[in-house]
Amino acid sequence: MSNHSKSLVIAASLATALSGLAHTATAQEQEKCFGVSLAGENDCAAGPGTTCAGTSTVDYQGNAWTLVPAGTCEEMTITDASDGVERMGSLEELDRDLPG
Amino acid sequence: MMPGQTEFTAALMDASRPAPQGLRDGRGRQAGKRFDVYRNNVAVSLTEALEAGFPVIRKLVGDEFFRAMAGVFLRAHPPASPLMMHYGAEMPAFLEDFGPAGGLPYLPDVARLELALRRSYHAADAAPIDPASLAAVPPVAMAGLRLHFAPAVILVTSSFPILDIWRVNSGAGGGAPRPKEQTALVLRPEFDPRPVDPGPGAAPVLAALIEGATLAASLDRAGPEFDLPALLGLLLSNGVITGFDLED
Amino acid sequence: MLDATTQRPALPHTPGVGYKAQHYSALISDPGCVGWLEVHAENYMGQGGRPLAQLRHLSERFPISVHGVGLSIGGEGRLDPEHLARLAHLVDWLNPASFSEHLAWSTHDSHFLNDLLPLPYNAATLARVCDHIDELQETIGRKMLLENPSSYLAFEASDMTETEFLRAVSDRTGCGLLLDVNNVFVSATNLGYSPQGYIEAYPLDRVGEIHLGGHDEDQDEHGAPLLIDSHGREVVDPVWALLDHTLALTGPRPLLIEWDTDVPDWPVLEAEAGRAHAALGAAVS
Repeated sequence: MSNHSKSLVIAASLATALSGLAHTATAQEQEKCFGVSLAGENDCAAGPGTTCAGTSTVDYQGNAWTLVPAGTCEEMTITDASDGVERMGSLEELDRDLPG
Repeated sequence: MMPGQTEFTAALMDASRPAPQGLRDGRGRQAGKRFDVYRNNVAVSLTEALEAGFPVIRKLVGDEFFRAMAGVFLRAHPPASPLMMHYGAEMPAFLEDFGPAGGLPYLPDVARLELALRRSYHAADAAPIDPASLAAVPPVAMAGLRLHFAPAVILVTSSFPILDIWRVNSGAGGGAPRPKEQTALVLRPEFDPRPVDPGPGAAPVLAALIEGATLAASLDRAGPEFDLPALLGLLLSNGVITGFDLED
Repeated sequence: MLDATTQRPALPHTPGVGYKAQHYSALISDPGCVGWLEVHAENYMGQGGRPLAQLRHLSERFPISVHGVGLSIGGEGRLDPEHLARLAHLVDWLNPASFSEHLAWSTHDSHFLNDLLPLPYNAATLARVCDHIDELQETIGRKMLLENPSSYLAFEASDMTETEFLRAVSDRTGCGLLLDVNNVFVSATNLGYSPQGYIEAYPLDRVGEIHLGGHDEDQDEHGAPLLIDSHGREVVDPVWALLDHTLALTGPRPLLIEWDTDVPDWPVLEAEAGRAHAALGAAVS
C-alpha cells in the first residue's frame, strides 16, 4: 500500500475512533489496581517482634530446598508457545524441570 | 576490636556466620540473638517489600514458596538504591534461572507485568492531547504521523497469557487462562495503572509506535485481524497520547 | 505560622501523624487534633503519579515534616550523591516545615539494607557523621534534625554515651535533634540503663520534634527483655509516662505518632493523637 493510501486508511480510522470516543469513555471499566499504591513504601519501623525470621539459612541448590509452588498455578495449564510443551504447577511436572 | 560495616553486612545477609565480635548486651555479654534482630529486620522488610510488589507471583506459587524464594532473591539482589519503590527489578531474570520454579515458565513475564504496573504508578505525569486536535492533521499527511506516549504507558509482550493470568489472580475476573500469546498494555488514565489487551495483531504496531515510528511504518507490522480504529480509540480515550508530530 | 528565622511554615506544637495513604480522606475531611503530617522522603522520589499529587494537596492543608529513612548518615562510605540530589529536589519542591534523618547506617557497598543499623559512639564515627551532616545541610540549604535510634546491642568500641555523641554532633554541625521517646524506652530497656536519666542528659534545648510509636516485646537468649521498635501498635503506658517526664522539661513540642506496620483504621490512630494532645495540654499548665 502506498503512503497515500495508508494516509486515507488512517484518516478514516481516526474519524471512526473519534466518533466513538465519548461512548468509550463512559463505558470504560474502572478496574482498580490494588496493591500498586502500597508496593515499595519505605518506612523506619523494625520488622515484627520476632528474631527468628531472618536466621534460617537458605540454600536452594543443596538438599535444603524441598518446597514446590503450591498456589493458584496448580489450577492452570499453560502451553509455552516456544516449545509447545504443556506444563502445570503440579509436583510431577515440576520434578521434570528440576536440575539433577 | 570493632566490626566494620563490611563484616556487619556479611553477617546480616548470611545467617550461617556468627554475629560479629565486639557487640554486647547491656551486661557485657556477647550479642547473639540481639544481632538477629537486625538480620530479621533486613530479611523480613525486604521479603514484605517483594510480597507487596509481586502479589500475583505470590498467589501463583503460594505464600510459603514465595517467602522462601524471597529469602534467596534478597540475598542475591539486595536493593541497589534506597528507593524501595523500585525494588525487585531483577525478579524476571531471577525467575528465569530459579530451578524450583522452572515448571512455571510464565512467571518471568508475569513479574515483568507487575514491575510495569509499579513503574507506571510512579511515572511522570503528562497531559494528554485533545483527541480532536488530531482531526486537524490533513488526511494526506496521516502516514507520517508520529505519536508521543505518556511515560506511564508500558507495553509487556509475552508468549503466555499474562493478562489473563494477572486478571484471575488479582480479583479482576475472567476465566481460567488458556494457552496463547498475550500482550499487556499498561495504561494510567489518571493515577491508577491497569493492564489492557490492545487487541489482536496490535502488539507489534504498538511497539513500533512507542519506539517513535510513523503510523505508516508501524502499520506494516500489523498482525491479522488488526483493528486500527479500535486501537486509536483505546489510546485516545485513556490519556495515552501526549502529543504528535509529522514526518517531513 | 512562619518560623521567624527561616520564614518557613513551622511545625505547630500539636500532635502530628505519620501519613499513610489509607487515611487520606479522613485527614482531608476531619483531621481532629492532628495539626501536621510526617512523610518518608523516599516514598516521594518517583517521577509523578498519585504520591506526589497527594503530597502537594496535603501540603496545602498541613505543615509537612519530611523524614528521610535511607540516607545512611552513619555509613562508612560517602553519601550517595544521587540520593542527596533527590533529597534536595524534594525539599526545594515542597519547602517542608522540617527535614529529619536518623543516627544510623543502612547502605554499604551500594547495597541498601532497608534497616536502621547501629553505630559505635567514638571519635571516628563522630567525625564521619558530622562530615555527612555538613554535606547534607549544605546540599539542602537548611539545618536538619537528627533522631536518636532504637538500640538492641552496644559496641565495645564506644567510648561516649549516645547523649554525649548527639550533643557533640549538634555542637559541630548546628543540626537540631529529634527525640524519639519510644526509642529511648526501647534502648534503655534493652541495654539496662535509666530512660529518665537518658532524657535528662539529652540536649533538650535542641529538640525540634518528638516521636512516639509502639514496640513489640521479646526476650534474648538469657531471658532478658528485648524490645523491638516495630511501630505496629499503640504506644505503651510507660512510654506515655516518659513523654510526660520529657514534656515537663521541654514544654510543648511538635509531637508525632508513628504507626508503620499493621496500620489501623483512622479512629485508632486519631485516638493515639488525642492522647498526645492531652499530654501536650498537661505540659502547658
